[in-house]
Amino acid sequence: MFPILKKRRLNDSMTLMVVRAPLIARKAHAGQFIILRVNEQGERIPLTIADYDREQGTVTIIYQIVGKTTLLLDQLNEGDSILDFVGPLGKPSHLEGYQNAAVIGGGAGCAIAYPQAKTLHARGAKVDIIAGFRTKDLIILEDEMRAASDRLFLMTDDGSNGHKGFVTDALKKNIEAGAGYDLVVAIGPLVMMRAVCNLTKKYGIKTIISMNPIMIDGTGMCGGCRLTVGGKTRFACVDGPDFDGQEVDFDEAIRRSRTYSEMERKSAQEFKCRLLEEAKNA
Amino acid sequence: MPDMNPHKTPMPEQAPEVRSKNFDEVALGYTEELAKREAARCLHCKNQPCVGGCPVGVHIPDFIRSIAQGDAEGAYHTIRLTNSLPAVCGRVCPQENQCEKNCVRGRRGDPVGIGRLERFAADWHMKHGRDEQYKVEKNGHKVAVVGSGPAGLTCAGDLAAMGYSVTVFEALHAAGGVLMYGIPQFRLPKEIVQREIDSLRRQGVKIETDMVIGKVLSVDELFENAFEAVFIGTGAGLPRFMNIPGEGLVGVYSANEFLTRVNLMKAYRQDYDTPILKPKKVAVVGGGNVTMDAARTALRLGAETVSVVYRRAEEQMPARREEVHHAKEEGVIFDFLSNPVKIHGDENGRVASIECIHMKLGEPDSSGRRRPIPIEGSNFSLPVDCVVMAIGNSPNPLIRSATKGLEANERGCIVVKDNTMETTREGVYAAGDAVSGAATVILAMGGGKDAAKSIDRYIRAKS
Repeated sequence: MFPILKKRRLNDSMTLMVVRAPLIARKAHAGQFIILRVNEQGERIPLTIADYDREQGTVTIIYQIVGKTTLLLDQLNEGDSILDFVGPLGKPSHLEGYQNAAVIGGGAGCAIAYPQAKTLHARGAKVDIIAGFRTKDLIILEDEMRAASDRLFLMTDDGSNGHKGFVTDALKKNIEAGAGYDLVVAIGPLVMMRAVCNLTKKYGIKTIISMNPIMIDGTGMCGGCRLTVGGKTRFACVDGPDFDGQEVDFDEAIRRSRTYSEMERKSAQEFKCRLLEEAKNA
Repeated sequence: MPDMNPHKTPMPEQAPEVRSKNFDEVALGYTEELAKREAARCLHCKNQPCVGGCPVGVHIPDFIRSIAQGDAEGAYHTIRLTNSLPAVCGRVCPQENQCEKNCVRGRRGDPVGIGRLERFAADWHMKHGRDEQYKVEKNGHKVAVVGSGPAGLTCAGDLAAMGYSVTVFEALHAAGGVLMYGIPQFRLPKEIVQREIDSLRRQGVKIETDMVIGKVLSVDELFENAFEAVFIGTGAGLPRFMNIPGEGLVGVYSANEFLTRVNLMKAYRQDYDTPILKPKKVAVVGGGNVTMDAARTALRLGAETVSVVYRRAEEQMPARREEVHHAKEEGVIFDFLSNPVKIHGDENGRVASIECIHMKLGEPDSSGRRRPIPIEGSNFSLPVDCVVMAIGNSPNPLIRSATKGLEANERGCIVVKDNTMETTREGVYAAGDAVSGAATVILAMGGGKDAAKSIDRYIRAKS
């Protein structure tokens, strides 16, 4: 069992948890992920490691509530424990040797983009963070991202923070203005990452993305997380989760990511109804 | 006097039309009376050819005698002397190629139903037996076992019986490896696997789940943590695909994923959250036991038609005859001498059909089987909404790539010395599918057993 030491709500649908997992904390690196299971009947879901503290023996995860499993996870509070917590899985990110990076986060992806920016910044690279959210109220980690970058560009789809547009709009503007990036890191929804890669391809800028496909074991056994990268079948769990974004077949990845979306929606809906019912009866 | 009936006493089983709609065990097992009748067929040959056919050397005539005398519990303990997982082996061993193949009764009629009798003894013990007291004095030495499948559990059980303090590290949340995630409930109930594992726990074996060795701890760190030897039984867990167009469509599963969702993650049960597609028309590609498992599982999930697509002829299929027979009885269709060339999708990227080509058999290849050759222009399509690729697995590279000094061959299998199971790294032993590539439960157990003996010798010589 893995005790939850801290739980912080970041916005209406996103939560940060600090979990005690000393063995994983000792080995974790930016870019790697864990798989967790909330209860005996539950699914195994992968979540990228948002932060870790080797001394304290903790691993930080940030999740967006989308389906039943994240709803269940969100029922847990400080003092409760997560049943299974496995990692660190996947390969660490390789961010060495870059001087001038744009780190792009979309929504919950900012939780993972932020530590990448922090790592690059700490290594002395010039870092621009471009973070996109649907609306102002959903903005997370603003102070942290500001501290980990030379410039922070916060974009909202609806313009509610005064900067209307997609992350690609800001990225394009910066590139055109001569930002001179030698690396783009993009983490967020698949459609966002695809749009970023389509743009950076035109400018010939190396782009690293982090994939988070459906998987079960996370050790290469099930093959559920397979992607087509550069025309070859690769497993996100052992070959990734970071890939050269310009090589990834996003259309296929997007289709595969929706394999169970109908079931997920229904199952989450039923669970929400049950919670409401229980709250009423309580 | 032995019973000279040339036929094996039939084992009761669920009727095909009933069982193809449920996940309960197909074969129901002998009653005491049926077991005694079958046990009476054993000739008790002096040279015991059956024992020679058993990878773990079960004292077969001895346990059969106990059953004939009405002492099922005694029979169980005799089996348990050399076999850590009797209830599992009684169900999934290919006895027809091992003990029963050597049985003298098999020359005229059926061999003695050794597997069925083993299963009977193990099940009798689970129901009525006393909790075994295998209290062994600890010898103060620690061994780490990586992977809790049949190889790892056997190695752990044997070492614990010799007095070693054994810790088994398992990557998944449940111990058992392929016994839990791969072999279906209807062939090997998971409750039975758990009982066998509990029995090892009582013997003092420690099992740590959620531990991916090579990631959370390295083999070097295991040695630093006072483990004096390490056994690697990480299995053949890397699914192969055909590299044909369309394998990225929604509805294409590896057999590993399909079976893991159903077996380990219990997607067939309402009370579990695991999602799985409920396909109507399924093609399962391959010809091994895993192919049969996937096909029969698809039927039980509610598929209307399930076709096995195999590139050679029926005679070349590596699956056990019994499994093929069961699959046919349940309504699985077989397309022999057919090989997929492309999977077609609909406008939403979901599987719509599988295009295959007819094959003919040519000269024997390196495996000794006649090589399948495509017949130009013979393409045909099966309308399906799901394809399961059951064409084999490669050894999982995770621990190998994370461990210095551990050599593997060109197929990715860990290199060991025959019989001793020593790897190229001192103090590290390996067996099972990680060494052989995909094989059987009992061969993995045999390897785990040999490794346990070698580890004992190694630690004794050192201390």
